[in-house]
This record gives sequence, structure tokens and C-alpha cells, in this order.
Amino acid sequence: MIPAAAAALRRRAGSRRLPGPLLIALGLGALALAAFASLVLGATAIAPAEAVAALLAFDGSAEHVAVAEVRLPRTAVALLVGAALGVAGALMQAVARNDLADPSILGISMGAALATVAGQIVLGVDSAVLLVALAMGGAGVAAAAIVAVGLLGRGGFAAERLVVAGAALSGLLLALVQGLLVIDRESLEAARHWLAGSLTGAGWDDVAAALPYLGLGALLAAGVARPLTTLGLGDDVASALGVRPRSVQAASAVAIVALAGASVALAGPIALVGLAVPHAARALFGRDIGPQLAACSVLGALLVVVSDIAARVVLAPEELPVGVLTALVGAPVLLHVARRRTHGP
Amino acid sequence: MTARTAFLPRRCARDRRRSTRAVIVSSGLLSLATLILTVGLGEYPIAPGDVLLSLVGHGDPSSSFVVTELRLPRALVAFGVGAGLAASGVILQGLTGNALAAPDLVGVSAGAQTAAVVVIVALPDLPVAVLPACAFAGALAASALVYALAWRGGGSSPSRLLLIGVGITTLGYAIVLGVISSVDEVIHASQLVTFMAGTVYGRGWQELATLAPWLAVGLPLALLSARQLDSLVLGDDTAGALGLRIEAERLRLLALAAGLAGAAVAVAGPVGFVGLMAPHAARRLAGAGHAAVLTAAVMLGGCLVLIADALARTAFAPVDIPVGVVTAIIGAPYLIWLLTSRAR
Repeated sequence: MIPAAAAALRRRAGSRRLPGPLLIALGLGALALAAFASLVLGATAIAPAEAVAALLAFDGSAEHVAVAEVRLPRTAVALLVGAALGVAGALMQAVARNDLADPSILGISMGAALATVAGQIVLGVDSAVLLVALAMGGAGVAAAAIVAVGLLGRGGFAAERLVVAGAALSGLLLALVQGLLVIDRESLEAARHWLAGSLTGAGWDDVAAALPYLGLGALLAAGVARPLTTLGLGDDVASALGVRPRSVQAASAVAIVALAGASVALAGPIALVGLAVPHAARALFGRDIGPQLAACSVLGALLVVVSDIAARVVLAPEELPVGVLTALVGAPVLLHVARRRTHGP
Repeated sequence: MTARTAFLPRRCARDRRRSTRAVIVSSGLLSLATLILTVGLGEYPIAPGDVLLSLVGHGDPSSSFVVTELRLPRALVAFGVGAGLAASGVILQGLTGNALAAPDLVGVSAGAQTAAVVVIVALPDLPVAVLPACAFAGALAASALVYALAWRGGGSSPSRLLLIGVGITTLGYAIVLGVISSVDEVIHASQLVTFMAGTVYGRGWQELATLAPWLAVGLPLALLSARQLDSLVLGDDTAGALGLRIEAERLRLLALAAGLAGAAVAVAGPVGFVGLMAPHAARRLAGAGHAAVLTAAVMLGGCLVLIADALARTAFAPVDIPVGVVTAIIGAPYLIWLLTSRAR
């Protein structure tokens, strides 16, 4: 039994692997290009040479300040948030065995958002370190609620149940956020941009506060990649191969909460990145979780950076929240998957 | 998962007619009592007897003013909004054979809300009375899109309908949040956030006059469709054998559900979970016949929003929290309980 399963695992892992190094080089190249474009493009376009000069020989001019002190941290945040959400989505889809799982659909992002808004309004917190910790708490509670729904009753983590429960949870948490914002109108001005997911105003101190959690999430994700692939063969087979399903799932859940919570603390609840990206990654790399997670981090970062450029350019000098753009990309993916995965009339 | 059996007629026709009448009478009385009690609540409490006197025109001037000018129109709007959403929910659930199909989940509320918000921001000078028509158009477009996308292999599976509804709802939210983020004045944004949560704050006779025609046409039409709904839940084959032109009927019912929910959303925003809880509770109370279920759901939905609004305006007085926050606090656990208990 065990050699057969191991063979199946190898077949499965290797079956759809495209020329990996080439794809990775292409992805990283596209990412570097997008990141540079994000420094150059915006309400006022800045010449590429000037942008390079701002990074290498900062002279304090308005253009150099815009590149080095506004667009550079913003681009860094976009890269981090996109990578975190892409990996979190892939982990969720693998753990729940449900390709509609995503931090924003299942209410985890909104949990972090509610905790952050409540911390600012009710407790008056304004330190970046505390806000990230609060976001973790909110994301963790929401994740626990969804896991509880999945464990109670017989339907398990089936698509419809999980998505409806997530919609209910998101609806409740969003209503609470709205209630808080109505009670405290002064916070509304900042929150209304942030609530749709926005990279405006993110700075290095926010990045520094979120980095430990992002690092923890990335380490855990790298650690669970192999056992998760094995778990994809079923709990029994995985146990026979020496993988303990519960510990793998628990470690993945901690990674998901850390990644999703940190991304919300940085940029608000950006919608559907974690849904769209893993589908693309699976199409490229098959079901092997390791390459999938790597691809998700690159593709997620790419999606958020490009969406953020579009969010700045489309209505310039006005800015759209980046979450609106990612939702416009992600919703068709959601609709397509929902149409494909449920068969029959 | 669809629980079609929950809809099956259990009683014979005569018993059902009698029980329908009993449901109508008791619903009416209960609604009236709730109305009188909640109108009395507030910063300036009025005893139920004095509320009754004011309603018939014999109260003392100050409480009469509070009752007839401030609280009664708002209470009637709250009741009407709940009634519209609940009736819409009953129709959608009968139409799809899915007990989870609610205006909030299948994209009807999202379509109405998105259309209303876009119209409010893009055409601020438009008279309020036109808003329900815009919301109706949005609700109809969204629900038709959901229905069309869920259509595959000669039918629309209930779970696909829900998943696609959630997708369209997500899209609608993104658009609304984008609009809220891009309006210039904070005051305006604050009103939109309140509207997005669902509120009847400041609603008066004018809003009631906007909502009433839609309900006056929609609710009787819904009651007249009760028999078709009864046939539809027996399954397409049986309904066809009973002489129903199924797809035409579905489309007509969908438009009716969109009209009822659209008018409610245009006046008060998407007050969440009412269209899910009221029909479900009504089926438990009134059995399977859609005439009785509709009546009970209209009453329950109306009373639910009335009571929720009484809580919303008194709990954090003098701040009025949006009534949708209260219905969400009640409704989300209800839905999750429904999900976990149905699967056992």
C-alpha cells in the first residue's frame, strides 16, 4: 500500500510540472517590471531614469520624495500583501479541500478588519504594533468560527456550506464595522478608503510591525507544503505515510491567520486575491503544494501591484481602493469556479 | 441539501384554508400590537394606551406629534421594509427550492443596493420616488444574471445558485465600497455607509409614500402566486404536469421578488438576513401552503425590523445605529445554526 501511494504521490506531483525554472524566471521578471512601473506611474508620471536616481542618489526634490518616500513603501506593501494573500488562499484551499476558500470570502479578512477598527475607535489604539496584534486576534476568532461550522454537522467543509457560512460571517462583521463607523463619524474618513482595501498611506513602520507575522506565516507555509501535498491524497494515506493530519491542519491555520491578519493590518480587507491566484497557480504547476505556494506568492504580489497601479491611474488624480480592482479580477474567477464545480441541474 | 420535503403540503385543502385564515387574523393582531408597543419606545416614552389614543386622534398634543409625525411613519416604513424583504425571500425560496435562497444571498439585495448607491451619487438631483425603480432594475439585472449563470445542463442547481449569488454580491459590495471611497464629502460618505448597513433613520411619510405603492401591488401579486409556488416546489416535472409554464413562471416570480426587495432596499438599504429568517420561521409556524407562509412571513419580517429598529434607536441613544446591524447580529447566528443543524 505504502509504495503504491508513494508512487501515486510522485506521479501526481510530477505529472503537470511545466519547465519550472523558466516559469519562475518569467514570473520574477514580470514582478520586477511591475514593481518598477509602480514607482514610475501614478497621478504624476516620473521618468524611469529619475526614479532610478531617486533610489540611488536621493536629492530631496519633489519627484525624488514621491518615489523614495511614497511610492517605494507603497510598492513594498503591495508586494508583501499580495504574496501573503496568495499563499493564504492556496493554504486555505488545500486544507479545506475547497477551491472556493479565500480569506475574504470566509470572513477572516473582515474579522481582522473589525478588530482593527474596534481597536482604533473603542480602545483608541494607534500604534502599528498593537493594531497588527489586534488584526491577528480578529482573524483568529473568525477562522475559529469557520472551522467550528465546518466541524459541526455532517456537510463538513463542502463548498456551499462553507461559502454561505462565510458570507453570513462577513455580513455580520461588516455590519458591526459599519455600526462602529456610524457611532464614531470622525474615523469614517480614514476607514472608508481602507475598508475596501487600500494601499494609500502605508509606511515603513507598518511594514516593520507586520513583518514578524509575515515571516512566521511564510516559514510555516514552507514547512507544511510537503505534508499538505501528501494530505491531498486523503487522511488515511497521509497517516500511513507518517503525516499527522491534525498537526498539519493546525499549522496551516496558524499560517493562514498570520498571513491574512498581517495583510489586513497593512492594507485593509483586499478582496478575492486569495481566491483567484491559486487557480492560476494550479493551472501552471499542478497539485504539488510547494511550487504552488511559490507561484502564489509571485502571482499574488503581481496581481496586487498591477491592480494598485491601475487604481492610481484609471481615475487620476482620484484614487480607487485597490480592493475594487482585485474584486473585479477575482469575481469572474469565483463565478467561473462556482459554475464549473457543481454539476447537473 | 435542498430540503424540498420541507415545502410539501401536509394538510388537506380545507384544513389549509381554515388555517390560512387563522394565520392572517393572528398575524394582523400581532403586528398591530408590536407596532403600538414599539412606537411607544424611545427617548420620550409613551404608554401603549396613549399611543392608541394618539393614533385615533384623541391623544394630548405633544405625544400625538411624536407619534404621528416622528415615530409612526418610521415604524410603518420599518414594517414595510421587513414585509417586502420577507415576501421576496419566500418567493425566492419557493422558486429555487432552496431554503437558503434569500435576497441577501442570491444577489437581489446587492443589485438593488449597487444601483441605488450609484444613482444617488451620480444623479443627486433625482427625486426620491424614482429610486425604487432604479433599485428594482438593479435587483432584476443582478438576479437574472445569477439565474443565467447558474443555468447549466437544463437547470439551475440550488448550490450553484447560492455560490454564484455570493459572487455577484461580492462584486456589488466592491462597487459600492469604491463609490463610497470616491465621494468628496465625508457627510455624504457617512450617509452612504449607514445606507449600506440598512437604516430607517429619519424616514417619514414621504418615504412611506415611496414604498407603499410597490408593496400595494407586490404583496397581493405574491399572494395570488401562492398556488404556483406550491406547484413549483413539487419539482419541475410535477409542476409541468399541473399545467405550469415553468420557465415563464420562474421569470415572473423572479421579477416579483426583485420588485419587492428592490423597493425595500431603495428606501432603507439592504437590511440583512430578514429575507432569510422571516420565511424560514414562517414555514415553521404556518406549515407548507404558500398563502399562509407568505402572510406569516410578511408579519414576521415586518415585526422583526420594527423590533430591531426599536433596539437600534434606543440601545445607544442618542446615537441611532443602523437597523441592519441589529438584524445581522440576530441573523448571522440564525443562519449558521440553520447550516449546522440542517446538515445533521
